[in-house]
Amino acid sequence: MAPVIKEFRLPDLGEGLTESEIVAWHVAVGDTVELNQVIADVETAKAVVELPSPYAGVVAKLHEQPGTVVEVGSPIVSFDVPGGDSGGGSGAGAGKATADDDDAQPAKREPNLVGYGAALEKSDRPARRARRSETPVTAETPAPAETPGLAATPVPVVSSVTAVPSAPADEPSVPAEAPRERPRSTPPVRKLARDLGIDLTQVNGTGPQGLITREDVLAAQEGAAHEGAAGKGHATPEAVSQPGGAPASSAAGERETRTPIKGVRKHTAAAMVASAFTAPHVTEFLTVDVTASMELLARLKTSRAFADVRITPLALVAKALCIALDRNPTLNSRWDEAAQEIVQHHYVNLGIAAATPRGLMVPNIKDAQTLGLRGLADALKNLTETARAGKTSPADLSGGTISITNVGVFGIDAGTPILNPGEAAILAMGSVRKMPWEYKDEIALRQVMTLSLSFDHRLVDGEQGSRFLADIGTILQDPGMVLTMV
Amino acid sequence: MLLNNEADAAQDELVQLIAPNGERRHHPVYDRWVADVDGEALQALYRDMVVIRRIDAEATALQRQGELALWPPFLGQEAAQIGSARALREDDFVFSSYRESGVAYCRGVDLTDLMRVWRGNASAGWDPFAINMAPTQVIIGAQTLHATGYAMGILHDGADSVAVTYFGDGATSQGDVNEAMVFAASYQAPVIFFCQNNQWAISEPVRLQAHVPIARRAPGFGIPSVRVDGNDVLACLAVTREALDRARTGGGPTFIEAVTYRMGPHTTADDPTRYRDANELEDWAAKDPIARLAGLLDAEGLLPAEVSDSVQASADDVAARLREGCISMPEPAAQDVFKHVYSEPNSWLERQQDQYERYLASFESPVSDSSEEASR
Repeated sequence: MAPVIKEFRLPDLGEGLTESEIVAWHVAVGDTVELNQVIADVETAKAVVELPSPYAGVVAKLHEQPGTVVEVGSPIVSFDVPGGDSGGGSGAGAGKATADDDDAQPAKREPNLVGYGAALEKSDRPARRARRSETPVTAETPAPAETPGLAATPVPVVSSVTAVPSAPADEPSVPAEAPRERPRSTPPVRKLARDLGIDLTQVNGTGPQGLITREDVLAAQEGAAHEGAAGKGHATPEAVSQPGGAPASSAAGERETRTPIKGVRKHTAAAMVASAFTAPHVTEFLTVDVTASMELLARLKTSRAFADVRITPLALVAKALCIALDRNPTLNSRWDEAAQEIVQHHYVNLGIAAATPRGLMVPNIKDAQTLGLRGLADALKNLTETARAGKTSPADLSGGTISITNVGVFGIDAGTPILNPGEAAILAMGSVRKMPWEYKDEIALRQVMTLSLSFDHRLVDGEQGSRFLADIGTILQDPGMVLTMV
Repeated sequence: MLLNNEADAAQDELVQLIAPNGERRHHPVYDRWVADVDGEALQALYRDMVVIRRIDAEATALQRQGELALWPPFLGQEAAQIGSARALREDDFVFSSYRESGVAYCRGVDLTDLMRVWRGNASAGWDPFAINMAPTQVIIGAQTLHATGYAMGILHDGADSVAVTYFGDGATSQGDVNEAMVFAASYQAPVIFFCQNNQWAISEPVRLQAHVPIARRAPGFGIPSVRVDGNDVLACLAVTREALDRARTGGGPTFIEAVTYRMGPHTTADDPTRYRDANELEDWAAKDPIARLAGLLDAEGLLPAEVSDSVQASADDVAARLREGCISMPEPAAQDVFKHVYSEPNSWLERQQDQYERYLASFESPVSDSSEEASR
């Protein structure tokens, strides 16, 4: 029983989706997989989903690299399946079924996302869909009802015929070859052309009355292959518009790698541009001797109340920020351009910039002003764990009122952070360093940290921003000073 | 006693016979409805739930493999479906939505027939009168009217069978469901409205459309209602038996709100992480219907290895047969589309079929493709 190679073609994972992106492979060539074992993560316009293997066998080939956008029906993985048709009898069925679906669909299939309404195209998600070649689409547009008036419409390929402008609609003697919206062919041949990426308007039909035959399409493909389009025999629009599809395999000689702008990167970019060019940013710096705070942290570690939680400098800064914010509420407001109003928040949803597997995210701690140091530490732990697991929910990401970015963990001292859109301030905390510092009129080795505060100058004047930053500095320098503030 | 004839918050309490930790809870009203359920019967319920969960997993995989066009998972709702469906008699008639594949399994549907619609091979998968269950209804809530009409027919026949209709929390906001309840109450029709409140109407949380428990709506129509822990198979069995008994003895309709949770997406084309919190999922995972029955069985020594192995083998066998039936299903013939439009011959349809056949025939000889033109 010789092993048989079975191809798995990308199915339509939603209802009417035309393509999906391979996010990651969970298997490599040579791996033995079981039926229904998860082999890949695939992202459609709707969701990231896991692909279960349709066969039990050995992975023979991965056709596409992670990051590639693949058209529905294209082979993505091949398996060596022992002894012919064990179980998964219809390997071709998988592909064939989708191919048949293709046939039944109108020429241009736009995903109509069930449950999300039809207008999703206008949202930013599907914008990353690869461009589709327009010409075959035009060629495939179903001909409108053949009204006499249409007979005069010029058509590029079909040989010119005397137009019959005023023939009655049901006149039986209208010549069969009357000009139409698309070249003469049959559905199977049109499908073949679509699969091969051949524009039928560019093909000369050699069949009866100019009918484009299967042979004509194959000949046209031959011609196109000679003309250029290296390698990929399957010159789909994707292959052309996604040159960065396979960065990992880029040849040694290549001097640049081009990666499509999409996903979280794209959202981050849009948010940063919107923020940087909407809110006039001012950034102030303050370097503080935080030795006392560090000593406090060390003491808390031995305290029973904090035994099972790690209190970090971030938790301390978060608490200091909340206290300072209560005294300087302007920093906790929002500019509502549409309403021409300033919105003063009476709650603090504290955003924490987090590097996650999916990129930068700023989930926020709801009602952080109600939390004590212990509560904040717990909330920070939950938030970072959720973010690292990639499970941050949309609700966690929305509704922030002010943010902290901890660049100190990267060994950085200071920066000019850009505001999370809609917020009035963002605090960057630098790393804690031992530095020669003035202490009791002497030079001593002290632990210092630089705080960088950016604020929206439309909402916050220099005075308010400075007082806020100074308050945080005071608390970190001498935690006991909190007694004078609350 | 626990029926919400009066809208009373105290009566919003869930009927529960098995706690999430598997402990058997005693109930003054509902214990007697499951007094006959012995160890063997509990094991059978367990087997049913494990098997239908496996059906759900296999069908989901088949969709991801391109073998099904779509699949609406019922993961998490096994107890509501098994508990209610196993209470039914053969001559009762089920009118369900598209998510009640577990109920269809209990009615004895052929596994391949269960896949037919979702593979896109047929408009309806099975003969409704062979298993006394109407075809899958995709129009939200429409089946409640069909059930009520059928139940009115039962009245005219003088029979003591019952129509049972399944729908979700979202459907209760549909006009159809409300109209059905008006008719059911007016005629005192023997119909059970079994609402699986799985908390989400696609992306809409139930609290947006129901500020009080859904079960409280029914008394407004004059229909007694009960809220049951939808993840407790025994409680679902008990409340359904009570409602069946009421219907069979001329007591009219009952509304059951089974409070459960859709652990998976709305359909395989949905991404619930876009609209709901991962924590919520974890909370409900702790109330898993199968785990809690396993807990009870285990505590009573009713789940030895040979039983759980045999249950697992049943599930594997069902999954294998389901897969085989699905992937080896013959493609439907193009003309099949005309088959079930009318029950009797129709000249207009025959004309269309004739034209369509000539159109299809034209592909065999492209020279004479004038029929293609004619039919366009």
